[in-house]
Amino acid sequence: MRRALRLFFTGWLFNIKNLSLSGFFILSTVVLPVFYATIAYFMFRTGSRPGSLLYVSLGAGMMGIWSSTLFGSGGLIQWQRWQGTLEYVIGVPTPLILVVLPMTIATASIGLYSVTTTLIWGWLFFGTPLHLVHPGWFVLALPAAVLTLGLLGLVLASTFVLMRNANSLSNLLEYPVWLVTGLLIGISLLPGWTRPISWMLAPTWGIRGIREAAIGGEPGVPIAVCLALGAIYLVIGHFTLRYFERLARERATLALA
Amino acid sequence: MSSVRLFFVGGLTSYRALFYWLSPTIYIPSLLIAPVFQILLFAYIGRSAGLASDKFYVTGNALQYAAIPCLFAMSQLVSGERFQNTLSAILVSPANRIPLFFGRALPVMGNAAFVSAFSFTAGCLILGVHVPAGSIPGIAVVIAVAALSCTGLGLINAAVSLRVRENAVLSNVIFGFLLIFTGANVPLASLPGWMSAVSGGLPFTHAIKAGRRLADGAAFGSVTGLLATELAIGLAFLVVGYALLRFFEWQGRKHATLERA
Repeated sequence: MRRALRLFFTGWLFNIKNLSLSGFFILSTVVLPVFYATIAYFMFRTGSRPGSLLYVSLGAGMMGIWSSTLFGSGGLIQWQRWQGTLEYVIGVPTPLILVVLPMTIATASIGLYSVTTTLIWGWLFFGTPLHLVHPGWFVLALPAAVLTLGLLGLVLASTFVLMRNANSLSNLLEYPVWLVTGLLIGISLLPGWTRPISWMLAPTWGIRGIREAAIGGEPGVPIAVCLALGAIYLVIGHFTLRYFERLARERATLALA
Repeated sequence: MSSVRLFFVGGLTSYRALFYWLSPTIYIPSLLIAPVFQILLFAYIGRSAGLASDKFYVTGNALQYAAIPCLFAMSQLVSGERFQNTLSAILVSPANRIPLFFGRALPVMGNAAFVSAFSFTAGCLILGVHVPAGSIPGIAVVIAVAALSCTGLGLINAAVSLRVRENAVLSNVIFGFLLIFTGANVPLASLPGWMSAVSGGLPFTHAIKAGRRLADGAAFGSVTGLLATELAIGLAFLVVGYALLRFFEWQGRKHATLERA
């Protein structure tokens, strides 16, 4: 157990440092969410139904967490393959999930840059109040959202690898998930058939927990649902990863794109 | 004659060679489905904020999304050649640079116009936006002018790619700036003064304004001034882009730094 925890922490920290040096991930987690937040600030400030600026900042921040998870975890195994390290990752005696999980959690964790940036940006240029109604819950809600998105990343990593054009699938899923999980809009505005989809996605509950902790409400339930979804993702990810590993060994297709 | 051949045949051949990987499984999600979701995202934020009609967002985002093919494809003209180790072979050739570079821009422009037209049509159908039938030819002209205008900015992006390694990051940043500054989602009057002043010199701003007026039923004659301005901006960007390409090419030869970026 101690070895597993040490492996997790070391892998997580290494990948945080690695991703923090990538211009693409800094762009996805720092620059782009600021652009989207700015547009949303102007839209809500000018519109006839002005929303809370803190609501916008947190939503834009969560957009960054989703983008970094989607692109980071979705392409994770493919990148290991391109860099020639996939054989080592699979070949070591440590279970594959213990090597991959810190990587996917790291991709979600660097999304915290985006929450920090959008909050500071909103506070500096748009006067967003940084007063949190339930600071204790907020401290719990943010890591819960990151953890669950990282676990969703595990599912993405282990399923996208079976698709040749995983990157284009990542491009495809960025906007729809921003939309359907209500990161910048109320889910009630969307057609009814989208609701079951949004309930299955971690960002829906993650942002709900964070917002209710920050702006006011009952954050306990969304945080609990978020963590429960994370447990489901872990089980799915465990089996899909094992399936991928077995398939790659059987067909000897590990190094093939 | 060889310049005309280089412009048309060379441009198309280079485009096919540099985008050999652009299969339908990449093209459809990235260039046909993603813009439709961008339109939907902003249309719903707009509904939530009570700011403008769906038509406002369909027109603005469909035109602005042409920036993705324009910026990324134009920078790929340099980075793709570099990746395939053919950049120095291209730049050492005695070919006339104007048909060489502008010929490559022509298919980019065509693709950008197609992406924009598709997004506009799909956005209108999904959100139930009605556009007068008489306005459609005018909107097609607006789309073509906007694609040309942004290709000019793309040429500058291509030139900068001779110096910058992370050109995909740069293209994304420019895309984000255009999303804010061109009025695709926020009326220009609602932006701070300095931002609307900057937007006046950017591709898309005037085309979006013209597109919205046409979509509201205005006569084509009433937007010719806006289109002329958009065209002038596009041509100015093309000239600056070409000058920058020649300058960086000259610098690359002088300092032997073509492959260093």
